[in-house]
Amino acid sequence: MTFVNWLKRHLVVLAGLFTLAYLLLPNVVVTVFSFNNPKGRFNYTWQEFSTEAWKDPCGVSGLCTSLSLSLQIALWATLGATLLGTMIAFALVRYRFRARGAVNSLIFLPMAMPEVVMAASLLTLFLNMGAQLGFWTILIAHIMFCLSFVVVAVKARVMSMDPRLEQAAQDLYAGPVQTFLRVTLPIAAPGIAAGALLAFALSFDDFIITNFNAGSTVTFPMFVWGSAQRGTPVQVNVIGTAMFVIAVLLVVASLLIGNRRSRQKA
Amino acid sequence: MTTVTEAPPLAPAPETKPPRQARKRGRWTPYWLLLPGLLWLVVFFALPVIYQASTSVQTGSLEEGYKVTWHFATYWDALSEYWPQFVRSVLYAASATVLCLLLGYPLAYLIAFRAGRWRNLIMILVIAPFFTSFLIRTLAWKTILADGGPVVDALNTLHVLDVTAWLGWTAGDRVLATPLAVVCGLTYNFLPFMILPLYTSLERIDPRLHEAANDLYAKPSTTFRRVTFPLSMPGVVSGTLLTFIPASGDYINSDLLGSTDTRMVGNVIQSQFLRILDYPTAAALSFILMAAILVIVTLYIRKSGTEDLV
Amino acid sequence: MKTTTDTTAAGNGGDVRLTGISKTYGSFTAVHPLDLTVPQGSFFALLGASGCGKTTTLRMIAGLEEPTAGTVHLGDQDVTALPPYKRPVNTVFQSYALFPHLDIFENVAFGLRRRGIKSVKKQVEEMLELVQLGEQARKKPHQLSGGQQQRVAVARALINHPKVLLLDEPLGALDLKLRRQMQLELKRIQTEVGITFVHVTHDQEEAMTMADTVAVMNAGRVEQLGSPADLYENPRTTFVANFLGTSNFIEAEVDSASGDEIVLKAGGGKLVLPGARNSAPTTTGGKVLLGVRPEKIALTHADDAGGIPAGRNRITGRIADSSFIGVSTQFVVDSPVCSDFEVYVQNVDRDPRLLPGAEVVLHWNPAHTFGLDAAQDIDAGVETVEEEVA
Repeated sequence: MTFVNWLKRHLVVLAGLFTLAYLLLPNVVVTVFSFNNPKGRFNYTWQEFSTEAWKDPCGVSGLCTSLSLSLQIALWATLGATLLGTMIAFALVRYRFRARGAVNSLIFLPMAMPEVVMAASLLTLFLNMGAQLGFWTILIAHIMFCLSFVVVAVKARVMSMDPRLEQAAQDLYAGPVQTFLRVTLPIAAPGIAAGALLAFALSFDDFIITNFNAGSTVTFPMFVWGSAQRGTPVQVNVIGTAMFVIAVLLVVASLLIGNRRSRQKA
Repeated sequence: MTTVTEAPPLAPAPETKPPRQARKRGRWTPYWLLLPGLLWLVVFFALPVIYQASTSVQTGSLEEGYKVTWHFATYWDALSEYWPQFVRSVLYAASATVLCLLLGYPLAYLIAFRAGRWRNLIMILVIAPFFTSFLIRTLAWKTILADGGPVVDALNTLHVLDVTAWLGWTAGDRVLATPLAVVCGLTYNFLPFMILPLYTSLERIDPRLHEAANDLYAKPSTTFRRVTFPLSMPGVVSGTLLTFIPASGDYINSDLLGSTDTRMVGNVIQSQFLRILDYPTAAALSFILMAAILVIVTLYIRKSGTEDLV
Repeated sequence: MKTTTDTTAAGNGGDVRLTGISKTYGSFTAVHPLDLTVPQGSFFALLGASGCGKTTTLRMIAGLEEPTAGTVHLGDQDVTALPPYKRPVNTVFQSYALFPHLDIFENVAFGLRRRGIKSVKKQVEEMLELVQLGEQARKKPHQLSGGQQQRVAVARALINHPKVLLLDEPLGALDLKLRRQMQLELKRIQTEVGITFVHVTHDQEEAMTMADTVAVMNAGRVEQLGSPADLYENPRTTFVANFLGTSNFIEAEVDSASGDEIVLKAGGGKLVLPGARNSAPTTTGGKVLLGVRPEKIALTHADDAGGIPAGRNRITGRIADSSFIGVSTQFVVDSPVCSDFEVYVQNVDRDPRLLPGAEVVLHWNPAHTFGLDAAQDIDAGVETVEEEVA
């Protein structure tokens, strides 16, 4: 009876933890198999423990080149999408203008469309224009689909901002430029940072749109895709594990620093 | 108690009156702010969709070039040849969406109301997998669901696979290369897109509302049905959309975890475009997919009465 | 104790003069053309219900709102076309608008820094001492209580030594006890620094406690302007009479008007009104609204009516309701000339017969009567329940 009661009380917790396990299981597998020493080309069954791949993560030709290309594209795409998206978000929240509805739909639609449709359309355009597929077409595509997400993130933050803060700055002798730099921008910063982070993650991990518009250029996801057909090298698991660990450490560190700072000030 | 003893400099006295016009400027500011971003979206999003619409009614060949001939038969041909892939896409995406909701809701609820000091850690664990390329993680499912692996063995021993095989979800004693594996992969890939909006709307619910409902004679299950769930509707709506839309166009999971019998419309578009190079058919297919999704999404939004998704 | 006198703002150089100022939004007129002079060094309150145009008026002085017509002068200087950041005026905003990303010190230093002053440390520290927040300099605004945030907002504005300090409902977010305390605090600071304060509020008690001069605003116009006591004792409209405290009104007919005494007829009885306290036209047979405040009225049981001295205004009635609130008892009396007559009686000697249902005589000194034009809404300015909630 008591066990049944306990189960009833904690059913949600158990179900939630099950989902969490489901989410993390692949990462565990990726990590474990980064220490595998596979026989043959495919790294799908466990053979023996080895740290070979960790000692030489760039040992597979093309892997680290694709990784650095992906990082470059993600950086530039983040920069472009964040700049353009922030400007749109400010215009949407702070100003009245014509054709507001049309602007909103144009921003909403890219998020409401399967990637494969956008990828195919964009390829049609590039083919029609006779554009050379490669770095620039990938970058253009990435800025395009990241833009809307940045707008949403920044808009939410700017909307919750008290307009009186900017009036207070003006009242305290800050001109328009000073007001923007000293008050508006710092307060909107978390929203802009969230948008930028999202854009980076989306761009770095994008496969479908890149696959259509890359030509013969190989980004990291495309390298993984290609290797899946030919046999995935263990180094791919090493990179995957390293990125996971670095991300978790960075987030935990930033949380700890934030906590300590607020505790010191309190 | 100190008082101010010296007179600090006064606010600067303006010498001349600036023209009134100066304060009127800024009427054009919103347009300048919008211009670059909107131009980008028009040229690289809207224009391509129009281009694609025109491609879908063109005829010709790669060698001789294509011409707009208003050849609508392409649509009919595409539909009659590929309708199974369309049906499959909708079915798989819908199943994955329902599974995501069933799996994601308890976790979102756990983070919002029951996690206490573990809240941040669980949030990190939900988001962190994003940083490992999703292709790598999807490939890991190949290992997890491998023939003769522990998962498949367990399901075999429990005779679960007999049931799923009878339902047509699996074939024989395999999970890999079956619809179940594809739906499982889709569910896995889009689960965070369900959890995050759910969490956002659950977190906004005042816990005192639960107490109030309990106080007014509602059992926990009634509280959930009458108070919590209705209040989390915005999250449910945006979560299902964020899951269903990308899942219906996905071809990665079908390609990596499925077989030729699990091909979805995304696979067809991809191969028509990149391998067979039959652009009109590919364009028509992708146009049909886009239209179908817009219709489904519009109907769904109407029905659930939530307009503020963005 | 040494106080600061702002040498440049001395004399009449610091008056705020609004001339024919008005503000319209489309077809809605928020402020009708308005002339107003706030003398330098005074504590001036703009009092009115929400939406009466008081905040718009304040924002036009601050430069946050551009007037549709008219001019704003600070001393001899026309500042109408100046943007807020060029006006020697500072504002304490409603709910304070403290910059959440800056600590208290930087919030207070903000104005000085924008004006290019490098060494701000001493000034900021002194200002924080003035508002008793020296210990809190390195905290962020959200770590402070409501009252402390309010004092930071005042310090942040005052440190700039503006010619005028504008306060927009500065105490609205505080609870009652803290509000009382801050009222006295603000009054103390104002006396100490000698800067002109213009204070917008919907709370009549707050306005009367703090201000030297109060302007009562209603529907975009100033209804009446004067010292708190003058407004209370001599309201010139029913709006002012009802908005500041409570008033009883009797609709009466002019019987005779001779010299400084007007005799009125109401329900068969005669009531006397001093001519000096009447603002209504007095043609014989014309209507006048006779007003009297609840605390000026005495209540005597009908059995003792003989003991009431002659020469007092008197009416009869029956007690409908009474509530005991400590220092006084508040009665509601039904009378033939006016239902719901309110009477506040100090609890000095309580007559046990004064219970609901008892027949009573209400009487007061005629000097406490005021007369208003009958051609207006008797209930104008009465706070309804909905307004309390909003």
